[in-house]
Amino acid sequence: MRSIEELEAISRQLRIRSLRMIAKANSGHPGGSLSSAELVAALYFGVLNYRVGDPTWAARDRFVLSKGHCVPVLYAALAEAGALEDEELETLRMIDSRLQGHPDHVRLPYMEAATGSLGQGLSVAVGMALAERLDTENDYRTYCLLGDGELQAGQVWEAAMSGGKFGLGKLTAIVDYNKVQLDGYVRNIMDLEPLPDKFTSFGWHTQEVDGHDLRAILQALENGAAREDRPSMIIAHTVKGKGVSFMEDTAAWHGKAPTADELERAVAEITGTQAA
Amino acid sequence: MAKATRAAFGEALASVGETHPKVVVVDADLSCSTNTRKFADAFPDRFIQMGIAEGNMVSAAAGLALGGMVPFAASFACFITGRFEQIRVSVGYNNANVKIVGTHAGCGIGEDGYTQMGLEDLAVMRSLPNMVVVQPGDGIEAYKATEFLADYVGPAYLRLTRQALPDINDASSYSFDFGKGVELREGKDVAIVASGGVVGYALEAAENLAKEGIDAAVVNIHTIKPIDVALLQKLAASTGRILTVEDHGVVGGLGSAVLEALSETPDVVIRTHGVRGYGQSGTHAQLYDRHRLDANGIAQTTKEFVWPERAEATG
Repeated sequence: MRSIEELEAISRQLRIRSLRMIAKANSGHPGGSLSSAELVAALYFGVLNYRVGDPTWAARDRFVLSKGHCVPVLYAALAEAGALEDEELETLRMIDSRLQGHPDHVRLPYMEAATGSLGQGLSVAVGMALAERLDTENDYRTYCLLGDGELQAGQVWEAAMSGGKFGLGKLTAIVDYNKVQLDGYVRNIMDLEPLPDKFTSFGWHTQEVDGHDLRAILQALENGAAREDRPSMIIAHTVKGKGVSFMEDTAAWHGKAPTADELERAVAEITGTQAA
Repeated sequence: MAKATRAAFGEALASVGETHPKVVVVDADLSCSTNTRKFADAFPDRFIQMGIAEGNMVSAAAGLALGGMVPFAASFACFITGRFEQIRVSVGYNNANVKIVGTHAGCGIGEDGYTQMGLEDLAVMRSLPNMVVVQPGDGIEAYKATEFLADYVGPAYLRLTRQALPDINDASSYSFDFGKGVELREGKDVAIVASGGVVGYALEAAENLAKEGIDAAVVNIHTIKPIDVALLQKLAASTGRILTVEDHGVVGGLGSAVLEALSETPDVVIRTHGVRGYGQSGTHAQLYDRHRLDANGIAQTTKEFVWPERAEATG
């Protein structure tokens, strides 16, 4: 188990790698990749059971990135873990790349499911958790990371209802609640509150956590897994664009690539060094 | 023996459940209508009731398939293929091994009216690159097709009828040959290429047409995708005229599949015959009469196609 300091360092690397590949591609979604860096670091370097080089290992934990547009942070985690080469990160969004603009399960089996048509990922994760229950040979958990904007989709609540009904104790979902979506603040577009009450009433064990506090995230993941009778929902309060002052808390950086100069300033901020 | 293809599917599924431990059924509160109830009663642990939430059902079926199960996701054709966005991303793009089953296909369902009729399902399901599309023409074929799909690996769509269909195949000798059209009747003047609930009527029409001097071949296309191009080309060469007949909208179904398959084949004229406009309530017989999908309607349509001058002369 890595230390909190190590996980914090990994989170910084995930941010930097995400921004570098988005800048190189000259397109992509930095805001939500930055807001979920600690969540992805906690999963891929804290709790997930997987084997580098063997993405179809039957007993691996499953991770469905429902907010598929933030896949740069997932590619970054796989590179950090040694499952992807650094050079391949530079092919993001390029023709014939395995690193499609949104996760592609067929091209890159490390992606558990294709996502990006928002609202479907939790349903897929519910299906995987149901499969685990029927699988007599393998024992694993299924994790799903959702965006906040996609919670406006009715299918998420169909999935939430079914997760509660089936008491999927081996399913953990996390909402990257960064409060900003493409067109502006979530609360102005279609408010989600009272969000914890909604999931609790759908039969989920629900926790709220600071989504940039790795210690708190790991504790919440452990608490959720301890409840075997119901699925776990972790509402992670985060900041869109976290770690880069000019990208924070704004819809402007939801889906825009940084210029070379902006990238340099961003990396300097993340590493805590002075921009040249 | 007349049997609805959904009924034969339900029997086959329950039997497949015995031999295929990975087969599961996901349902959206229609098991008594889609006939997955038999499976549910025999294998309650492998029957997953999702409620009236077909989008979640489709995506969860994809998750089950990605987890190694072989899910059959069944609902009315219109409701399940209406969740096309879930089908294209969760099932199709993932190449998930999900069998999507749409029952109550076509205007043949009768009294329930348009909202319950699958009339566009073939159009959307055919459009996905890796989706195979199967529509049996009687209960015997539906049983065998279900067995086939339980072993087939990849996304598939099975289209079934609410209404009972007369047998067009011989139960003792029939084998389901995926991707192959079945020549039920030979003929040199025109080939009636039909699929699903209208195949029996097409045969009846051809028998009546023979008495009037039209020698019509009848072919049953149970696999709409991939379609039997070689057989269609052979029919094009031997008859020069193909009439497609289906209980589906005229856009995007069997007729379109045949037009696409023969688009570069010379010296063949193709007419597509199916449901035009939205459906409505009525008895099965009334609706098949209105849309000219019963034996009489198919015969009339064939005559107009083969003898255009006479059709004009007789009005």
